[in-house]
Amino acid sequence: MLAHSEEECSLDFDAIEGRLGLSRRDFLKFCTGLASTMGLPAGADAAIAKAVESARRPSVIWLHFQECTGCTESLLRANHPTLERLILDIISLDYHETLFAAAGHQAEAARRQAMADNKGKYLLVVEGAIPTKDKGIYCRIGGQTAVDLLKECATDAAAVVAIGSCASWGGVPSTKPNPTGSEGAGEVLGAKVVNLPGCPPNPYNLISTVVHYLTFNKLPELDAKGRPKFAYGRLIHENCERRAHFDAGRFAGEFGDEGHRQGWCLYKLGCKGPETHANCPAVLFGDVSNASWPVGTGHPCIGCTEKGIVFTKPIHALAELKTVTPPIFFARPAEERGTGVTFAAAAALAAIAGAAAGGTAMLARNLGKSVPEAKADVAAPDEQRGG
Amino acid sequence: MAGSDAHPAPAPMGGRLITPWTVFLGLLALIAVFFIGKRLIFGIGAVSNINDGYPWGIWMVFDLVIGAALSCGGLAMALMVYIFNKGQYHSLVRPALLASAFGYTLAATSLFFDLGRYWNFWHVFWPRYAQANSVIFELAVCMTAYILVMWIEFTPTVMDKLGMQGLRRKFEKWLYVFIGLGVLLPVMHQSSLGSMLVIFGPQINPLWQTPLLPLLFLISCLAMGYSMVIFEASVTSVGFRRPLERKILGSIGLVLKWFLIAWLIARFADLVWRGALDPAFVPGARSLMFWIENILVAIPLFLLWTPAWRGSPQKLFLAAVAMALQGIIYRINCYYTAYDTGDGWNYFPSLPEVMVSLGFIAMEILAFVIVVRLLPVLPAPEPSPNSAPAS
Repeated sequence: MLAHSEEECSLDFDAIEGRLGLSRRDFLKFCTGLASTMGLPAGADAAIAKAVESARRPSVIWLHFQECTGCTESLLRANHPTLERLILDIISLDYHETLFAAAGHQAEAARRQAMADNKGKYLLVVEGAIPTKDKGIYCRIGGQTAVDLLKECATDAAAVVAIGSCASWGGVPSTKPNPTGSEGAGEVLGAKVVNLPGCPPNPYNLISTVVHYLTFNKLPELDAKGRPKFAYGRLIHENCERRAHFDAGRFAGEFGDEGHRQGWCLYKLGCKGPETHANCPAVLFGDVSNASWPVGTGHPCIGCTEKGIVFTKPIHALAELKTVTPPIFFARPAEERGTGVTFAAAAALAAIAGAAAGGTAMLARNLGKSVPEAKADVAAPDEQRGG
Repeated sequence: MAGSDAHPAPAPMGGRLITPWTVFLGLLALIAVFFIGKRLIFGIGAVSNINDGYPWGIWMVFDLVIGAALSCGGLAMALMVYIFNKGQYHSLVRPALLASAFGYTLAATSLFFDLGRYWNFWHVFWPRYAQANSVIFELAVCMTAYILVMWIEFTPTVMDKLGMQGLRRKFEKWLYVFIGLGVLLPVMHQSSLGSMLVIFGPQINPLWQTPLLPLLFLISCLAMGYSMVIFEASVTSVGFRRPLERKILGSIGLVLKWFLIAWLIARFADLVWRGALDPAFVPGARSLMFWIENILVAIPLFLLWTPAWRGSPQKLFLAAVAMALQGIIYRINCYYTAYDTGDGWNYFPSLPEVMVSLGFIAMEILAFVIVVRLLPVLPAPEPSPNSAPAS
């Protein structure tokens, strides 16, 4: 019954099936998917499966500051079978304001208990920006300002993950004039945190990061802005399904025009794919269907992961091209296959042909009559030409 | 033989430059200039009907391919006079050369406006940009060189006019180099105009597609060249009320006859050899055009068959017109009738395109008229002092 590799891993699939409500096949597909999303080598899927199966369940403290809960919503509403079940089963979510049944002091006590029990081992997930102006009075939870709460929780955390653009670099609250002096978690802590920007971010990138930590006991490789390279290493433009249209110069000119309906490149509608780092074209977003991500549904990318683009540049503004610049001359959207004969052109040609025929006839008649014989036909030697 | 190259010295014809005819030609030229301006400002799509299926419109096929073939009078006469040393035809060299020079220059100008990015035209002459494996590269460089060579060949005429006899004598010592080039270059590129179609492969109907295309284009252009010499001499004679050099033209008619025979042999031997004659008997536009093309060879062949008929100016003239028309139809057939690039593609020249082509012809005739009135191109109508008057 069991395949060889499964025996090697000695996974208890019956237990997993009972625990996660997943078939063995779906569970392995999920683990393989995570491994390939993170660009891990062959064999990592088995390690992931083993790590998930062993249910070490790290404690996770999830803080909410200046945000819209969109990040949490995107995680919970993912349509992919049991994604939220999986992540909630993989981790022990000890504090989450949206999902907690407890409230008030009871909830705060649970947080402190979890922090004390898992000192130096728990994951801190931060959702939302942190106001710093006027000593951070614009966001308080349980009497504590966001700044204090964050610093308190981060002190003993194994790792801090900033989920969403707000926690990563300030997001909407930090948009000018930024009345509350909002900043990202990394800025407030003055330390490197794992940033998973996006508005909202792709839930798969969170789960991949967590599972990576779970499996290898370390965080995935990060770029200079603290973003996991597996998810933010490339521009959307590089893997975009509409890229061929960009290279061929086929652009939608406006919403609903011929090019837009044909699925052509959205660059001229203001798509920020050419300057935005994210893996949306590879892993898609929203779990609705095959083409399910903003560009796939016909909307230009708004650059929600990039500081200085989303909430800063107008959606219709042209992206700055980081890689290739399109040529100056593009083919026109509609390939003209030629107009047939027009009356004016046919008439002109007929007139020319008629004039030529008439002229030829007249000339031929005159040639016979009025032209004298050339005297030059039989001429004496001439000095003019030497051979 | 040296004695056979007798001819009256060329002389400027004089006469008024502004006549109703030159004004009419000037107006046609102005219309062309207007549309060219429009093309330069608004792009080629604003005036032309060419598209991706038919990237070569009449500016390419009529102005260049056909225009260059019709301008082969210079080559035909140079071949006859300088290579085969038939000096008695020398009086026809200068006008033929002038017509050819204008024809080629305007063909190249027309091609320049046909280039989508005309400001890059110099790339073809620039070693870093040129693509030396291309037939079009060979065409472009060879034709440009020939245009320069023709104007160099024509400079003695200008020197005559300016009275620079000393310079002319020095120059003529080197003229043979240019005369040699003037025969070599057109032979190269006229055949290349056929080679271009070989590259089209199965897009050209087998009635026309053959590895022999370069040879057929070469024979055809020489036949057209001799026809144009007869045509131009006849038109000049009637238009300027000058005596017709009937006997010389009759001899050219004989040469033309042999070219027509050579053409027919090459054309049909090739078709039979390849077994490609069948489409000619399938009713349709292609077979119709094929037979029109061949009837237009048969007509001049018939008209030129006997010496008596070759002596008749009308028959010579009509034969020349038919042959020139045959060359035109043959090239139109090769480039359009035989061309099949797939369903849905369509091309017919737009009115502005036609007007530009017509304007170029008008410019050519106008320039020719002006030059022969001002410069010594045509033989003097009166016997020159050192040529004895004869019957």
